[in-house]
Amino acid sequence: MKDLAAIAAFAAVVGGLTLGIDSGVWLTFIMMALYASLLAQSWNILGGYGGQFSFGHALFFGTGAYVQAIVQLTLGWNAWLALICAVAAAACVAAFVGALTFRYGLKGSYFALVTLAFAEVFRILAVSVDFTGGGVGLMLPLRESFGNMQFGSRRGYIGLVLGFVVAAMLATSWLRHSRFGAQLQAVRDNEDAARAIGVNPWSVKLAAITLSAAFMGAGGAFYVQVFQYIDPGLAFGPVSSVEALVAAIVGGMGTLWGPLLGAAVLHLLAELTRNLFGQLPGLNMIIYGSVLVLIVMFVPRGLSGVGLSVRQAMRGRRG
Amino acid sequence: MYDSGILFSSVLNGVTTGAVYALIALGLTLIYGVLHIINFAHGAALMVALYAVYLLKTHFGIDPYLALPLVVPGMFGLGYALQRGIINRAGHGKDENILLVTLGLSIVLENLALLLFKSDTRTIETPYTLTTVAIGPAMIALPKLVAFAGALAASALLLLVLTRTDLGRAIRAVAKEKHGAKLMGIDVDHVYAMCFGIGLACLGAAACFLLPVYYVNPQVGAGFVPVAFTIVVLGGMGSFGGALVGGLLIGLVESLGGLFLGESLGQIGIFAVFIAVLLFRPQGLFGAKA
Amino acid sequence: MAEPLLSLQGVSIAFGGLRAVQAVSLQVAPGTLTALIGPNGAGKTTLFALMSGFLKPDAGTVRFDGHDITGQAPHLNARAGMTRTFQIVQPFAAQTVRENIAVGAHLHEPRRAAALAAAERIAQRVGLAPLLDKPAGDLTVAGRKRLELARALATGPKLLLLDEVLAGLNPQEIAEMIPVVRALVHGDAASGIPGGVTVLMIEHVMQAVMNLAEHVWVLAQGQLIAAGTPAEVTNDDRVIEAYLGHGTAARLRGAAG
Repeated sequence: MKDLAAIAAFAAVVGGLTLGIDSGVWLTFIMMALYASLLAQSWNILGGYGGQFSFGHALFFGTGAYVQAIVQLTLGWNAWLALICAVAAAACVAAFVGALTFRYGLKGSYFALVTLAFAEVFRILAVSVDFTGGGVGLMLPLRESFGNMQFGSRRGYIGLVLGFVVAAMLATSWLRHSRFGAQLQAVRDNEDAARAIGVNPWSVKLAAITLSAAFMGAGGAFYVQVFQYIDPGLAFGPVSSVEALVAAIVGGMGTLWGPLLGAAVLHLLAELTRNLFGQLPGLNMIIYGSVLVLIVMFVPRGLSGVGLSVRQAMRGRRG
Repeated sequence: MYDSGILFSSVLNGVTTGAVYALIALGLTLIYGVLHIINFAHGAALMVALYAVYLLKTHFGIDPYLALPLVVPGMFGLGYALQRGIINRAGHGKDENILLVTLGLSIVLENLALLLFKSDTRTIETPYTLTTVAIGPAMIALPKLVAFAGALAASALLLLVLTRTDLGRAIRAVAKEKHGAKLMGIDVDHVYAMCFGIGLACLGAAACFLLPVYYVNPQVGAGFVPVAFTIVVLGGMGSFGGALVGGLLIGLVESLGGLFLGESLGQIGIFAVFIAVLLFRPQGLFGAKA
Repeated sequence: MAEPLLSLQGVSIAFGGLRAVQAVSLQVAPGTLTALIGPNGAGKTTLFALMSGFLKPDAGTVRFDGHDITGQAPHLNARAGMTRTFQIVQPFAAQTVRENIAVGAHLHEPRRAAALAAAERIAQRVGLAPLLDKPAGDLTVAGRKRLELARALATGPKLLLLDEVLAGLNPQEIAEMIPVVRALVHGDAASGIPGGVTVLMIEHVMQAVMNLAEHVWVLAQGQLIAAGTPAEVTNDDRVIEAYLGHGTAARLRGAAG
């Protein structure tokens, strides 16, 4: 199948580059670009293919991150086991939020608002509760080994995140060629018409948000392993929510490669600006926000050109 | 458990804060009621207004209350320009894109402030900052009382404009029936921009009343967003009375909630109300349709 | 008749003070092509919504294929064999014609390739074959109506509720659609349509009603005012008055002398 071949080729190219390049700067760039791609691709599953715009995807990111940290620190479990827990936890949170919000038919702006509200609630909870380390956060001790999912060089981390990205791509490809994906997109494009021909919107959307959250949770777990630190703001704050959604829309949501393209472009832009102006606080977000506005204004289908325009993806909410 | 003085003080606090909340929410509900857009940039705009008031005081020595005739028209102009120049054009006439554009704007504004002013929290000093007034068994800061009166006055003024002036009639016509209004010769784009401008002007007024008893930093807007949205959905999207009543109610809930449950849980309480209303009664207490 | 496929008993619904549908009872026999007509605002589409589960009746029951389905969700009704189309066509605009129809096929066909193949077959039957890879949003009104029909057909329904499938079509297009609709029920070797589907259609195009329907119900102001063959119903005074106003029937008779 075309998709599988393309994904394999992509993985091979990235793998080859990683092994061939020695520059720490470039390796870090590849790692962070892949990380951003993971977030974007996961948002794309719910937003691009499901037509439900979440403004609070950090909810799942943060859940994954905290569980990854807590399981290792408090339970003393192995990092890979923790990963499974992190992904499962994110999926459970998604299932809960999804079951509730979709049951009551929340769509469009209201859905976006509610996801934002949930993310904020979790942030406040993380600040107030002890086992999350409160406002101070949690730190993962440095213990490099494969078993601890802590790698001496960036290459190890790139391998890890590449694995996640490939998994997300495969999941997205599955959406394009499966009954579930067809039903999900039908619900996105016109919910009432989908119901009339036998699709259950609630269960389809629920599955989508759970799948999307699983990858977002993996992203959170990855973050903790790389930076060995997490706190409420990083976990549930707006940055990861915005990164995920802007990259997906800029690249072209509802497509297989759009989110990757968007993530790469945005990250490149952020790096260029950092080199030109230095590490200024808030600069990254200003870029993301401006690009979002500009893309929506002038290139609504996203850079990949074949991405759904925001309008089309949300038309389903009127259904 | 709590003596009546503390309770009464808390109630007073809640009501005075609630009035300012109401003014903020009025702008939001006006924008939704007429333009049918959820202005995610509302909190960021409030922050911009607060910085404006702050800078006028620290650089030009202008007292916040005296800054009203500067800040309110200034915010109005900003709102008009944003709506006409960016939001309207990006929306391509469709509500859906606007969601993302206002989000983008809020991100840019907040982080621009972060860039320019760093994340320091700043306050201003005025001769009356520490003055208190006794009401019954409680003492309340004078600026809070002024804020209460000022916010109510501004709300009343807004209502007068909407019901008694030609502009107000045009706004209500466009809100009810856009195409019909267009056919009657009303410049809908202009009305939309005026409306957005008025919405932000409300924030300008709120900022003037707020800064003497509050503070400003780049994240301050984000702190008001959930409250403002909760009030608007609670009162009913597009309902004025709802925004007023909702504002006072939420102010009370926040104050009493903070008193009994502590700060964090009080905040979560607001979110809980917000989520609950959206799920179970999206039309709010007074709204007609969700 | 033998056990009716669809049976409504005293179905009513009101919106605020407006009684949109009042105590409607009717029975659709399997294997028939029937029609629901009436002036605008009579409540026909509301009745379809009540049958298919988009609305829950305030009173009355809906029985389908031997089961009580009153208020059951639309997707469950579709799985049971009742599929409806919409008056204002609702294509999945971002997807191709083939993909649109495939969603319908997926109701009973889990495999992607098989569903896409079924979509192609059905497109050929209703004359959409040349447009299979076109985005649904690019189709003309007539094309979209056919797509709506094809998509519903792909679900393999026992009962098809067609809501104004001819509205907005020019005379040529109507003439092309009529045999397609008839073939759904009675089959047509030439186009490969097997037939056997029961069809209930809401229609304003009288030519189609007279041509196709074996039995007609007339709805006016939410109430069933007449039922019978097309000829019987169009000669019924009450029906004439519902469309043309009170006293018209008498005036027409008087004018005829």
